[in-house]
Amino acid sequence: MESAIVIKNLKVSSKEKLILKGINIEIPKNKLTVLLGPSGCGKTTLFKCLNRLTDLYPELKVEGSVFIGEDDIFHPKQNVTDLRQKMGLLNQKPYPLPMSIFKNVAYGLKLKGVKDKKILAEKVAVYLKQAALWDEVKDRLDDSATKLSIGQQQRLCLARGLATSPEILLADEPTSALDPISSKAIEEKFLELKENYTVIVVTHILRQAKRLADHVIFMYDGQVIEQGSPKELFENPQTETLKKYIQVGY
Amino acid sequence: MRKFIDSLSSVWMQIAIWFVLLLPLMIGLGLVVKSMPLLQENSLIGILSSSTWSPMRGDFGFLPFIISTILVTIIATAISLPLCLLSAIHLTQYAPKWLLGFMHSVIDILAGIPSVVYGVWGILVIVPFVGDNLAPFFNAESSGYSILAGALVLAVMTIPYVLNMLIEVFNNIAVEYKEASLSLGATYWETIKFVVLKKGLSGILSAFGLGISKALGETIAVLMVVGNVVQFPKSVFDAGYPLPALIANNYGEMMSIPFYDSALMLAALLLFIIVIFFNVAARYLIQKTTVTQ
Amino acid sequence: MMNRKKIEEQFFRLLMSLVTASIILVLVYIFYIILKKGLPSLSWDMVSRLPEGGYYFGKEGGILNAIIGSFYISVSATFLAFIIGLPVALYMNVYLVRRPKFLTMTRFVLDALWGVPSIVYGAFGFTIMIYFGLRTSLLAGIIAVTLLIIPIMIRAMDEVLRTIPKGLMEASLALGSTKTETAFKVFFKQALPGFITAILLSFGRGIGDAASVLFTAGFTDHIPEKLTDPVATLPLAIFFQLSSPIPEVRERAYAAAVILIAIVFTISLSARLLSKKFKKHQV
Repeated sequence: MESAIVIKNLKVSSKEKLILKGINIEIPKNKLTVLLGPSGCGKTTLFKCLNRLTDLYPELKVEGSVFIGEDDIFHPKQNVTDLRQKMGLLNQKPYPLPMSIFKNVAYGLKLKGVKDKKILAEKVAVYLKQAALWDEVKDRLDDSATKLSIGQQQRLCLARGLATSPEILLADEPTSALDPISSKAIEEKFLELKENYTVIVVTHILRQAKRLADHVIFMYDGQVIEQGSPKELFENPQTETLKKYIQVGY
Repeated sequence: MRKFIDSLSSVWMQIAIWFVLLLPLMIGLGLVVKSMPLLQENSLIGILSSSTWSPMRGDFGFLPFIISTILVTIIATAISLPLCLLSAIHLTQYAPKWLLGFMHSVIDILAGIPSVVYGVWGILVIVPFVGDNLAPFFNAESSGYSILAGALVLAVMTIPYVLNMLIEVFNNIAVEYKEASLSLGATYWETIKFVVLKKGLSGILSAFGLGISKALGETIAVLMVVGNVVQFPKSVFDAGYPLPALIANNYGEMMSIPFYDSALMLAALLLFIIVIFFNVAARYLIQKTTVTQ
Repeated sequence: MMNRKKIEEQFFRLLMSLVTASIILVLVYIFYIILKKGLPSLSWDMVSRLPEGGYYFGKEGGILNAIIGSFYISVSATFLAFIIGLPVALYMNVYLVRRPKFLTMTRFVLDALWGVPSIVYGAFGFTIMIYFGLRTSLLAGIIAVTLLIIPIMIRAMDEVLRTIPKGLMEASLALGSTKTETAFKVFFKQALPGFITAILLSFGRGIGDAASVLFTAGFTDHIPEKLTDPVATLPLAIFFQLSSPIPEVRERAYAAAVILIAIVFTISLSARLLSKKFKKHQV
């Protein structure tokens, strides 16, 4: 099995405590991996390490490496912006950039240096279709993105993330703020996308993990407790922590 | 007994709150009543557009004062607003936390300095600097007491207000917007340029509005350095005479010349209306942003 | 391409740090200049004596009249503003919390009032004076300064009250006390240190303002004995002495500026210390 991301001995600490206590995992390529665990277990921090958004939090101290393919994103000389374009990000709540629908999707493309208006227009259409949003917004691409509904905004963020043609999709509880219908649309999208992308979904919802995952990583208190296929993990948990988690359900 | 105290304090609360809510109206009304005598003699448009100022003869043309006010305000804000914007970005996006905390103290102290002290500083530092250094550099004659001197002092005085608000605006922008932009491959600076500045736009505008309204009304410090000559200033090195200075400078004579007090109250009314306008516009903008966020 | 981006960012980072540094330097420079000019002519006489005959030509005396006058005005104005402001702040946070629209409007009005220039308060104070047939006097000065600091006082107290948990009020309501008693007792106890900060803040603003007292308080060499006497104030003492052609008198203006700064910063420093203490005790 090929790995898309390899994490080696990753430790993250804030002033008060050690948040991640040495993580060693490999994330399989073109599969959907679920990071599962109760809130506060460090999964969001681990998630932010994947594309080094920890830079935005000066209080966090990071040790160890995260290899995206060949490149360690925490290497001091690493070109982070290029590496980040290999990963699309979807947050808990949609955060559309303060600009029009069109510009939201074109943002990453423009940063990559695409200037041709025709190519931009084509690509924006392609990715909006991929995110199943095109039909709803094709007549108002110049409207502000904030005018969309929350569900639409989340799909816009997906389109925006796909537009930089990443290899990996990162999603942090992407459905927690959405209505059931939008949630379902996003989940279906993920199952479709994993053919061509490595998808990583953070969640604390057991059933979502069961529905989506090819590979599950269960975290608790800053450590990886168990990992494996959902079948192995959920039907035959090895540790007391996971057994309890499965029973209680959160 | 308890009922009595209860209703008494309830009544007092009602009186106090209505007093405060109606205060702007009372101020406006009071000034209107006092400026009526002059307005019955001359038309408002006439007063605002005339440039003859000769109270003894009953000529009250406000135009030179209005022009001075506008010039001083525009130059002052043109200096202070970009500086505040740069500093606020630095403090909220790049600087370590301790520096931001330290700057909060600097802001508090700057805001606490009485305006007459700014005036003293202006006379000691800014006026000679404009007269002896800046003006010769631009081949101009100047005593130093000038529009530019007033604007420079005002620029410093508005910094604490504008900077403080801008810091708040930038701190209120959710970090997730930056995450989104970075994850799409933007550098940190591009993120600030394209996302942070845009997201904060209405907040920035509203901080600017507050700065302008502060600059419009500042009296004593400007009065002390601006020269106070009734004329159309030909350059920024000429003396000017803004509206607040006009009001403050002539309180002594105003009762002895007919309509003079009325003219000064009209000036105060004008100032009141303009400042309220900028203030309300600024607050409206910020309210709108906090609601949508 | 990458390089150009980097250079642009580095350039702006440098520029922005320079701007921040220069703001700090300006503050230091203001203090340096005022102290350098003012300290040499500062003397015990300045703060302990009234202006005597020929004072304004450089002879003996001090500005005790202005110091006392400023305290008279600011203390009374702060007291009045407190009496009017406290019920308003309480009303906003006890009753108006259930009427958010009205509450927003009230805060809006207060912010607008906060932005009204002090010269306008002075002019308005003057119209009141005329209406009641008053002359420039302690009373008129107090009225103008009170109006000036009311919005500052209320907004500061409002900020304090907003941080107090709503549950606190509800809990004490359940014990059977009527609403107003809750308002005055529970809130007041919790908010006391913050209120002191608000009071000091308003006082500092009141004592430093010149434009509002220019019309209303007048100026005199004596210490006022009744409310209808004119009264000297420290900012105006600086202002007037500075316009004198005699160097000794101007130097006293600088010294007076040092005195004013010293008063204002003693007050704001104590306000800060208190508010720090307040924050420490907050849950």
